[in-house]
Amino acid sequence: MTSAPTGPGAPTYDVVVIGAGIVGSAIARTLAGYRLSVALLDARDDVGEGTSKANTAILHTGFDAKPGSLESRLVHEGYHLLGDYAAATGIPVERVGAILVAWDTEQVGNLPGLQEKAVANGYPHTEIIGAREVYRQLPHIGPGALGGLTVPGESIICTWTTNFALATDAVRRGAALLLGRRCTGVTVAEEATVLHTSAGDVRTRWVVNAAGLGSDVIDQHFGFDRFHVTPRRGELMVFDKQARPLVEKIVLPVPSAVGKGVLISPTVYGNVMLGPTAEDLTDRTDTGTSEAGLEFLLEKGRRLMPQLLQEEVTATYAGLRAATEFSDYVVEVDAEQRYLLAGGIRSTGLSSGMALAEHVRGLLAETGALELTPRDDLPDPPRMPNIGEASLRPYQDAARIADDPAYGRIVCFCERVTAGEIRDTFAGTIPPTTLEGLRRRTRAQNGRCQGFYCGAEVAELFETRAAAVTAEGQAHR
Amino acid sequence: MSTDTNAADADAAEATRDLTPDVVVVGAGPAGLRAATELARTLSGEVLVLEREREAGGIPRHSDHLGYGIRDLGRFVTGPTYARMLRDKATDAGATILTEAMATDWAGPGELMVTSPEGRLRVAARAVVLASGARERPRAARQIPGDRAHGVLTTGTLQNVVHLKNGTVGKRAVVVGAELVSWSAVLTLRHAGCRTVLMTTTHSQAESYWLFQRPGRLAFKTPVATRTRVTRIIGRPRVQAVEIEDLDTGDRRTVECDTVILTGDWIPDNELARAAGVTLDPRTLGPLVDTALRTDLPGIFAAGNVLHPVDTADIAALDGAAVARHVRSYLDGARPTRDGVRLEVEAPLRWVAPGIVRPGDPAPPRRRLLLWTDEYVRAPRVVLEQGGRVVARRRVLWPAAPGRVFRVPSDLLDRIDARGGTVTVRLDS
Ligand SMILES: Cc1cc2nc3c(=O)[nH]c(=O)nc-3n(C[C@H](O)[C@H](O)[C@H](O)COP(=O)(O)OP(=O)(O)OC[C@H]3O[C@@H](n4cnc5c(N)ncnc54)[C@H](O)[C@@H]3O)c2cc1C
Ligand SMILES: Cc1cc2nc3c(=O)[nH]c(=O)nc-3n(C[C@H](O)[C@H](O)[C@H](O)COP(=O)(O)OP(=O)(O)OC[C@H]3O[C@@H](n4cnc5c(N)ncnc54)[C@H](O)[C@@H]3O)c2cc1C
Repeated sequence: MTSAPTGPGAPTYDVVVIGAGIVGSAIARTLAGYRLSVALLDARDDVGEGTSKANTAILHTGFDAKPGSLESRLVHEGYHLLGDYAAATGIPVERVGAILVAWDTEQVGNLPGLQEKAVANGYPHTEIIGAREVYRQLPHIGPGALGGLTVPGESIICTWTTNFALATDAVRRGAALLLGRRCTGVTVAEEATVLHTSAGDVRTRWVVNAAGLGSDVIDQHFGFDRFHVTPRRGELMVFDKQARPLVEKIVLPVPSAVGKGVLISPTVYGNVMLGPTAEDLTDRTDTGTSEAGLEFLLEKGRRLMPQLLQEEVTATYAGLRAATEFSDYVVEVDAEQRYLLAGGIRSTGLSSGMALAEHVRGLLAETGALELTPRDDLPDPPRMPNIGEASLRPYQDAARIADDPAYGRIVCFCERVTAGEIRDTFAGTIPPTTLEGLRRRTRAQNGRCQGFYCGAEVAELFETRAAAVTAEGQAHR
Repeated sequence: MSTDTNAADADAAEATRDLTPDVVVVGAGPAGLRAATELARTLSGEVLVLEREREAGGIPRHSDHLGYGIRDLGRFVTGPTYARMLRDKATDAGATILTEAMATDWAGPGELMVTSPEGRLRVAARAVVLASGARERPRAARQIPGDRAHGVLTTGTLQNVVHLKNGTVGKRAVVVGAELVSWSAVLTLRHAGCRTVLMTTTHSQAESYWLFQRPGRLAFKTPVATRTRVTRIIGRPRVQAVEIEDLDTGDRRTVECDTVILTGDWIPDNELARAAGVTLDPRTLGPLVDTALRTDLPGIFAAGNVLHPVDTADIAALDGAAVARHVRSYLDGARPTRDGVRLEVEAPLRWVAPGIVRPGDPAPPRRRLLLWTDEYVRAPRVVLEQGGRVVARRRVLWPAAPGRVFRVPSDLLDRIDARGGTVTVRLDS
């Protein structure tokens, strides 16, 4: 961030991306790879505060998408792009694989069709298996499974680190991060578009709308009325790490006439997740949980894996999918207004985000109105702090602790988060601004005690560090 | 159950330093400190206490009110004073207390991996005492739906915030629970300038009235809603109200508040025990032990609230004194017989500790059997049944009340056949 984004003498960006979720961050990162001035703008005080922070965190192969759709292609491509990017940046991923478990004859009957669909989606590696094989691979599921379809490529990933990595990369490539700016109106003019925000105007030539739940409202600011977002709530339950040995793979429902079931999945933090529900709401900010939702999950869970319900619940939360009247993504470019919409990315955007960014780049290039000259001076992708269980964490790392004792000082006991990691987040490219943000970067307080032991300690560490960051920021001004 | 969930195991076993004390005690709360004190006084080898917090003392460190030390020290002091006394005694006796040292997992049978600023340590002791205590279940574990609101805390967090960090809470609190710890929460709230506008308990009125409501009225003028549960948290970003339900009528109403304290509903910190493959008592969720506080893994013992969630600190400390004797005889070569009977309970009892009685074994700590009830029973008759026959029966003069441990003289166990079948404990009114 070189100069102030608003006020007299403020720059006119080549592109402003509205929405710093996974989709917007991926787009900003891609565009910042060219000789363009790019800004990533969000209403919230941190990146990844929208749908991208609360999902089931599966890196989908796209086996069950609608063949021929944009979503099908982008999930398929995104799966590989994000998989490679995760390896380069250290985003936690575990290649656990999934099994769709059929519980009645209708579902068994649907398996061959699903297998064909997977092939049509470019995923030929599924296999139909019998009940015995289902129980061999998933010994803890409840009685009554009749068969299944394996999807060995389905993986689990850390959605938080994904969002942070993409946004960090964008910023390190030179994109300006404009947080705390809710876009409330747009004025399109010949020379530049002005975005009116809660913290002043921002001028830009091009606008990319990746505002998730708010994307239809922004679209209306550009004079369109082509889609409407319905927040579809998905409630989830996270079980204690002690449940992890019960679930080696993702247990997926078979879609059937009766509707979608819920899934059980391990998480990269070593927990087990049950959910999500699907319920249309009107309030786009209601990420609360409901009595009916939790009861529904418990009822499903009892059938799917009775033993799981013996374990403690560590967290319950809800995410809102940006559902629209269209089943596919809505990605359209309007060269005249120098405006691109990436909306309706409802339930696969984590997986597809990086491919979507490539797709957006292609659409922009096609207009011929935006010159895309690749930069040859790009920094390496960032190395993200590891908060996954599959590789060594700082508290386990004897050499690292010997170098810096702060990695030996565990502050959050349940999640084994060290003072060194908390300190590091404040020196990162995008430091946390809230305790919530600290949680997503380190896992602090995400564990079974939810702060019984460390709540006060972590809050204090956060406040002293955050105060230091603010003071430093002011000193630079 | 014993599967280690840690995928990075091989790397995790990499240590900077190896320690080989005679005994390692995990947790420097009342139970662990007292155990270490007694052991250090009589053993020639090292007694090492691992404590993950910056300061030893356990929960009493931040429980800044009177009520500690009665049965073990014959004193009546505050939590922090009590913690200091226990700490000093352990150090004076020659025990080594390592703070900011968390036992994270096992490198092998009886071998602990520990993370501390001094490095990653491997601790191989001849005996291990698990004294890791218990915690209150937080909101998610209680599955209370509603908004993701700030201001919903357990008593543990509340007291950490107020007493260790001099932090503030809100002005109007609803305290969920009306047991001993709940009153401790009310005291802390009052200290922090926050009024408790309501306490809720799922237990029924008459019993709770006697136990809770009267002291509530007298001491704090705090209304108690009995037979009531919290069904929803309302408010964003901070809590503005809770919805509560009358369990008998199903009627719901909202109570305005800016703070919700979730008290009681304890669960042992059983992670290490489970990771070691120690059999757990499915009712307490702590390690299953016999009257000598042995787990089913040789050389691994347990003491304090990890066994009985939860009793008072003095009882935990006296567990520590008892376990020290049993560890010593283990180090001297004594081994338990394999025989033994399992103790079970019938509703309204929820659990009994210890859970195993072996022939020829010593009495449990303080010669008491500890029981937890979900219903109030005034002056109950405690009945032990074995093989379909009543083998012991005793009327006690104190009530069995929810929210506090119900203690019964353990000589009742003299009547059972420790080589026979399961013994069931029940309450008759
Ligand atoms: C329950 C659930 C489970 C899911 N599971 C998976 C899964 O397993 N795998 C998978 O790939 N996908 C999954 N998804 C989908 C995935 O989470 C989303 O597709 C993805 O996060 C969308 O990212 P986004 O960047 O488009 O939206 P968001 O993350 O919501 O980002 C949009 C951003 O725009 C900002 N914004 C909105 N309006 C304005 C405005 N006016 N001005 C400024 N900023 C604004 C918001 O603050 C927000 O930060 C799931 C979703 C849900 C809800
Ligand atoms: C709010 C409140 C009020 C109370 N009021 C009273 C009262 O007035 N009078 C009274 O007698 N009792 C009271 N009690 C109960 C009393 O605090 C407990 O009975 C007592 O602390 C139990 O002792 P303990 O040693 O079993 O466990 P704890 O005190 O919980 O100590 C366990 C210790 O083990 C440590 N530990 C756990 N795992 C590890 C690990 N892996 N590595 C390293 N260290 C570890 C923990 O950090 C902790 O310090 C109160 C409790 C609460 C919560």
